[in-house]
Amino acid sequence: MKKAIIAFAAATALATGVTQAFAEPVKVGMITTLSGGGASLGIDVRDGFELAIKQSGNTDIELIVEDDARKPDLAVQLSDKLIQSDKVDIMTGIIWSNLAMAVIPGAVAQGKIYLSPNAGPSALAGAGCNENYFNVAWQNDNLHEAMGAYANTAGFKKSFILAPNYPAGQDALTGFKRFFKGEIANEIYTKLGQTDYAAEIAEIRASGADSVFFFLPGGMGIAFMKQYAGAGVDVPLLGPAFSFDQGILQAVGDAALGVKNTSQWSKDIDNETNKAFVESFQAEYGRLPSLYASQGFDTANLLLSAMGSAPISDKPAFLAALKAADFKSTRGDFKFGPNNHPIQDIYVREVIKEGDVYTNKLVGVALEDHSDAYAADCKM
Amino acid sequence: MSTALFLEQLLNGLQLGVTLFLMAAGLTLIFGVMGLINLAHGSLFMVGGFVCAAVAAATGSFWIGLAASLVAAAALGAIVEIVVIRRLYDRDHLDQVLATFALVLMFSEGVRFLFGSFPLYLDPPAILAGPVTLPGGLPYPAYRLAIIVAGVLIAIGLGLLISRTRLGMQIRAGEADREMIAALGVDIRFLYTVVFALGAALAGFAGAMIGALQSVQVGMGEPVLILAFVVIVIGGIGSIRGALVASLIVGLVDTMGRFLLPTLLSGVMEASAARGIGSAIASMLIYLLMAVVLVFKPKGLFPANA
Repeated sequence: MKKAIIAFAAATALATGVTQAFAEPVKVGMITTLSGGGASLGIDVRDGFELAIKQSGNTDIELIVEDDARKPDLAVQLSDKLIQSDKVDIMTGIIWSNLAMAVIPGAVAQGKIYLSPNAGPSALAGAGCNENYFNVAWQNDNLHEAMGAYANTAGFKKSFILAPNYPAGQDALTGFKRFFKGEIANEIYTKLGQTDYAAEIAEIRASGADSVFFFLPGGMGIAFMKQYAGAGVDVPLLGPAFSFDQGILQAVGDAALGVKNTSQWSKDIDNETNKAFVESFQAEYGRLPSLYASQGFDTANLLLSAMGSAPISDKPAFLAALKAADFKSTRGDFKFGPNNHPIQDIYVREVIKEGDVYTNKLVGVALEDHSDAYAADCKM
Repeated sequence: MSTALFLEQLLNGLQLGVTLFLMAAGLTLIFGVMGLINLAHGSLFMVGGFVCAAVAAATGSFWIGLAASLVAAAALGAIVEIVVIRRLYDRDHLDQVLATFALVLMFSEGVRFLFGSFPLYLDPPAILAGPVTLPGGLPYPAYRLAIIVAGVLIAIGLGLLISRTRLGMQIRAGEADREMIAALGVDIRFLYTVVFALGAALAGFAGAMIGALQSVQVGMGEPVLILAFVVIVIGGIGSIRGALVASLIVGLVDTMGRFLLPTLLSGVMEASAARGIGSAIASMLIYLLMAVVLVFKPKGLFPANA
C-alpha cells in the first residue's frame, strides 16, 4: 500500500512536471492591420494564425489582437501597451515594413520574441538582425529577386520598374535589379497609398520598355492594373504575388488575367499540409486563402512546434526550438538561414480564371532554396 | 520627352482636377452656407463607391449602379443632416470636427459590416472600357475622358444652379446672412438639408466614378478628402469658383510634378538620386503650393464674402 502511494505520488509529480514543461502558457500579442486600406492583408494573417491554433487544440496560447490601421504611431503605442501592461512573451502580426521598423527593434531590444508573418525589411536581415527576431514569410527582396531572375529566362531586355516610396518599395526595386540582367527603362517611386497612376502609365507608354515590373500591394495594385488595362498599353506586367493575391484578384477582374507573378506559396503547391490548409481555411471562412493567410498559418505552426519542445521560460532553449523550424510548412521545404530569415523555393504563378473565381496556378520555379542578400552582414 | 506624352499628362491632370472639384464643391458649399466642417464627406464618397459596386453587381449595369449611388448618397446625406449635423451648427468647429470624425469611424465600420473587408469589383461600363484615339493620334482611356466631360458638365450645372435659380439665390443669401434670410420667411432648416444632400450626392457620384477606376474598399475616401481640403484652402473657403480653379491647379500641379520633377532634377544630379528626391518633392508639391498661396493670399485665391 505504502509503495503504491509513493508510486502514485511520483507519477502525479512526474505528470504535473511534464505538463508544465510541455504546456506553459504563452501570451502572444498580435499587432496587425484590420481597418483602413490594407485591412484584407491583416485579416488574412490573423485568420490563418487563429486557424492553426484552433486545429492544434492547444489551449495554452493567449492571443491578444490589436489593430494598427496601417499607422506607425499607433503601432508603437500598441506595442508599448502589449509589452508593458499585457506583458506578452511573443509578438507578431505586422504587415507593413514602415510599421515593422517602428516596432520590432524596440520590442526585441526589450527581450520580446518577434515572429514576423509578413514584413521583412532589409535593415533587420543584415546588420540589424537579432536573435529574438524571426521572419516566417520572406526577406522583402526575395520575391522581387525571383521576378528579376524570371524576367531573364522569359527573355525580357528592357524593363520599366515602379514601387511606392517606403522601405519595402525600395527593397523591391533593389531586389529586382539585383537579378535582372537587362536594361532599366525608368525607375519610379510613387506615394504610399497612391490610387491614381495616370501619370506613370503615360510614361510607360512612352518609354519603349518590353516589360513592366511593379510592386504595389493591396488597393494600390488594384487601381494600377485597372487603369493599365483601360489605357490600352500592351507591355506585359510582371510582379510579386502581393498584387495578385487571392483577396484582391476578384476586385481586379479580367485586367489581371495571364499576368506572371512570383510567390513562395500557391494554393496548388502539392503537399499534404497545404492541401489540408486550403480545404480547412475555405471550410472555416468561406473564401480561398491568400499567401498572407498561409504566412499567418505557418507562423502559428512554428510557434506551436517550439512550444512543444521547450518551455517559454527557458528562453535559450525556446529560441533554439524556433530556429530549428521543426514544423510542416504549407509551402513545403522551409528552414531558417543564419539571420533567422527563410531559405525556401520561390515559384512563378500565372493568374487564371477557375469558373467564376480569379486565382493563380503554378507554372514553374524561379529560384530554388533561395536565401537573401543580407545574411552575410548579420553577426549573430 | 514627346509632345504626345506631355499632352496626355495635361489631360491626366485635368481629370484629377475635375474629380477633386466634385469632392471640394460639396465640402465648400456646406462650409460656406452652414459654416460646418464636415470630415465625413469622404465617407459619402466611399458609400457612393460601394453602392455603385453592389448595385452594378446585382443588376449587371454600371449605369443603374451610378444612379443608385447618387440617390443613396443624397438620401444618406439628408438623413445624417437631420439626425446629427443639425445639432452642430451652433457649436464651434472643434466640436464639429470631433462629431464628424466619429461619423467617419461609424461609416467605415458600417460599410465593413455590410460588405466585408475585401475590396469589391467594379469596372467601367463596356462602352468606356478601352482607349480612344484623340485627334492627333493620341490614345487616351475613354473612361478618364468621360470623367472629364461629366465633371465639366456638373461644374457648369452647379454654376447655373447657384447663379440662376431660386434655390441658388437662397443659398447665396444664406451664405451672406442666415438670420436675415430666415426672417424673410425662407425655411432655413429645409434649405440646409437640401444643400447637405446636394453636397453628399456630388461626393457619392465622385466615389462611384472613381471606384471603377481605382479600388472600392473601406477607407477609400480619406486620401481624396485630404486633397479636397487642400483644394478649398487654396481656392478660398466657401467659394465654388475658388474650388473649381484650385481643383484644376492642384490636379495639374500634382500630375505634372510627379512626371516632370525627376526628369528636371536628373539634369543637375545623378539619375537615381534625382528619381528618389524628385518623387519625394513631387508628393509634397501641393502642400508647398498651399503654403505659398497662403503666404500671399491668406484667405485663398477667391475668398468668399470678400
